[in-house]
Amino acid sequence: MRSVLSPSALLPPRSGLTRGHQAWRDGAFRATLTACGVSVILLVAAVLVQLIAAAMPAIRQFGPSFLWTVRWDPVHSVFGALTYAYGTLASSLVALILAVPVSLGVAIYLAEIAPAGVSTVLSFVVELLASIPSVILGLWGIFVMAPWLRNAVEPALSRTLGWLPLFSGPPYGIGLLAGGMILAIMLVPIVSSVSREVLKTVPVTQREAAYAIGATRWEVIHRAVLPYGRTGIIGAVILGLGRTLGETMAVTMVIGNRPQISPSLFQPAYTIAAALANEFSEATTDIYVSALIELAMVLFVITLIVNAIARWLVWRLAPRGVVSA
Amino acid sequence: MEISNTLFSRALIDAAARAIPLEQVVADQIRAVQINAYYGRTHAVRGVSLGFAANRITAVIGPSGCGKSTLLRCLNRMHELVPGARVEGRVLLDGEDIYAPDVDPVAVRRRVGMVFQRANPFPTMSIYDNVAAGLRLNGVHDRRVLDDVVERSLRQAALWDEVKDVLGRSGASLSGGQQQRWCIARALAVQPEVLLMDEPASALDPASTLKIEELARTLRDNLTIVLVTHNMQQAARVSDSTAFMLSGELVEFRPTTELFTRPKDQRTEDYITGRFG
Ligand SMILES: Nc1ncnc2c1ncn2[C@@H]1O[C@H](COP(=O)(O)OP(=O)(O)OP(=O)(O)O)[C@@H](O)[C@H]1O
Ligand SMILES: [Mg+2]
Repeated sequence: MRSVLSPSALLPPRSGLTRGHQAWRDGAFRATLTACGVSVILLVAAVLVQLIAAAMPAIRQFGPSFLWTVRWDPVHSVFGALTYAYGTLASSLVALILAVPVSLGVAIYLAEIAPAGVSTVLSFVVELLASIPSVILGLWGIFVMAPWLRNAVEPALSRTLGWLPLFSGPPYGIGLLAGGMILAIMLVPIVSSVSREVLKTVPVTQREAAYAIGATRWEVIHRAVLPYGRTGIIGAVILGLGRTLGETMAVTMVIGNRPQISPSLFQPAYTIAAALANEFSEATTDIYVSALIELAMVLFVITLIVNAIARWLVWRLAPRGVVSA
Repeated sequence: MEISNTLFSRALIDAAARAIPLEQVVADQIRAVQINAYYGRTHAVRGVSLGFAANRITAVIGPSGCGKSTLLRCLNRMHELVPGARVEGRVLLDGEDIYAPDVDPVAVRRRVGMVFQRANPFPTMSIYDNVAAGLRLNGVHDRRVLDDVVERSLRQAALWDEVKDVLGRSGASLSGGQQQRWCIARALAVQPEVLLMDEPASALDPASTLKIEELARTLRDNLTIVLVTHNMQQAARVSDSTAFMLSGELVEFRPTTELFTRPKDQRTEDYITGRFG
C-alpha cells in the first residue's frame, strides 16, 4: 500500500549531503577497531620473531636434521625432534581413532534419537566432561585407567591381536595407548557437542527428502543427515585435534615420558608439549633451551599443517550452491 | 451424492474418450476417510474425506494455513514425523488402510512419493546419485538397472536432455526449475503409484512453472497426482478435479471446471473471486 505520507516524513530532518558532526565518531570508531586488529597481528608477529631468535642457535647447529634425528641427549648436547613429534602425532591419532566413532554415536543419539528431556540432561553431562581439569583426568588416568589397561585391556589385546606389532610386548599400562585414551576422553565432549549442533542444523527438508523416497530412520541419518553435515563434523574433529596436539598435563601423567619410537602401543612415548613442560626447568645450557624452543616451533608448525589440511577438507567437501532451505 | 455423481459421469466420459477400462475409473487410487490431524493441540485437518481418482490430477486449494500440506502429508504418513503430531482416520491406498497397525510407513512412502515446495536435492550427491538414491535404498545396486531407471526417470521429468552429459556432476549449477524437475525425477525413480506435490512451482518463475505443469499433465498417464497449490490459475489449468479447504475442513470437491465456474458453496465462491484468503 502506498501511503500519502512517505516514510521519511516520520524521520528527523536530514542535514543535507555533507559530512556532518557524526562523521568523526565513525572515524574514531573505525580507528579503534583497526588498532585492535593490528595489535593482534603485531602480538603474533612479535611472539614468532622472539621464538625464532631464541631457537636460532639450535637451528644453526643442527640444521634440518633436527627434524629426523631420534637422539635427544642433553648431556652431550645432541638434540633431535623426531621421537617427540612421533609421540605427539601418534597419541593424537590413537585418540582420534578411539574418539571419533564414539563422538559420532553420541552426537547422533543426542540430535536424532534421544527424547528431548534425555537429550538435554545428557548434553549437559557431556559438556561437564569437557570441564574436568586435565590434571584431575591425569590422576584418574594414573590410578584407575592405567591399572585397568595393564591388567585387563592390554593382556586381552595381546592374546587376541598380539601378532600385530601394534599390540606386541609386555603390558605396561602407562604408555602410548594410555595417552591416546586420555586424549580421546578429552576429545569426545568437544567433538560430540559440536557435531550435535551440526546435525541439528541440517534442514528438515533434507530429512523429508530422504523419508519421501522410502528411507528408514537409520537411512535418513546415514544417507541424508550425515553427508550434509560432514564438513561441520570434520570441523569439530579438527577443533578437538587442535586441543589434543597441544594437551600437556593429562598426557604427561600417563604416557610414560620416554622419548622413543616403538611400534607397540603398550610402550611409553613422549609428546612435544609434555617435553616442553617437563624439561624447561632442567634446561641448564643455552643450546638445550634453544633446542626446546625449536621443539616448540615444530609443534606450532604441526598444528598449522593440521589446520590447513582441515580447511582444505572442509572446502573440498562443502555442499555447494544447491538450493536448500 | 451429487458431487461424486458428477465426478463419476465426467470420469466416464473421459474414460470413453481415452479408452480406459471402467474399473480403473471407478476406483480411487487413494482415499482419505474421516482424517483428523493434529499438531499437539492444533487441530489442523478436521474430518476430511476425499478420494483421489487414478490417473487424474486432483488439486487442493485454500488459504494459507487451512491444512492443505497437512492433509497431503497424511497421505504418505509424513505427518507423524513431526514431533507431537497425530493422525486419526483411515487412508485407503488401493483399498488398503495405510494406518493399519501392521503397515510399515517406509513401505507406504515408497508407493506414495512426494515433491516439496523447494527443491531439496541431496547436495553431496551427483545428479545421477540423487535420482538413484531411492532405488539404492531399495537394495538395487545393479549398474545397468540403475542406469536404465535414472535415464527413464530423468526423461519422464523432462530433464534428460539438459543433464545427460553431466550426470556425474553436482547439480549445484542447475536452475531452480531444473532442480525441481530433478527432484521429481528422484521421486519417480522408485515408481510410486501416487505423487504428492506440495506447491511444487511456488518458488519458480512463470516459464519454469509452466514446465512443471506440463510435466504433471504427462505424468498423469502413469500416476495419480495430488497437487497442493496457492495458485488458482494453476489449479484450473492442470487439474481434473479440485478440492477447496478452509480452516482444516473440506468445503467443496468437484470437477475443476465446475468448481471454478459454478461453485456451490458461498465460501468457495468468495475465495475464487478473491474476496478473502
Ligand atoms: N510443524 C507444525 N507445528 C505446529 N503447527 C503446525 C505445523 N505445521 C503446520 N501447523 C499448523 O497447522 C495448520 C495447517 O498448516 P498447513 O501447513 O497444513 O497449511 P497450508 O494450507 O499448507 O498452508 P500454506 O498454504 O501456507 O502452506 C496451520 O494452522 C499451521 O499453523
Ligand atoms: Mg503448505
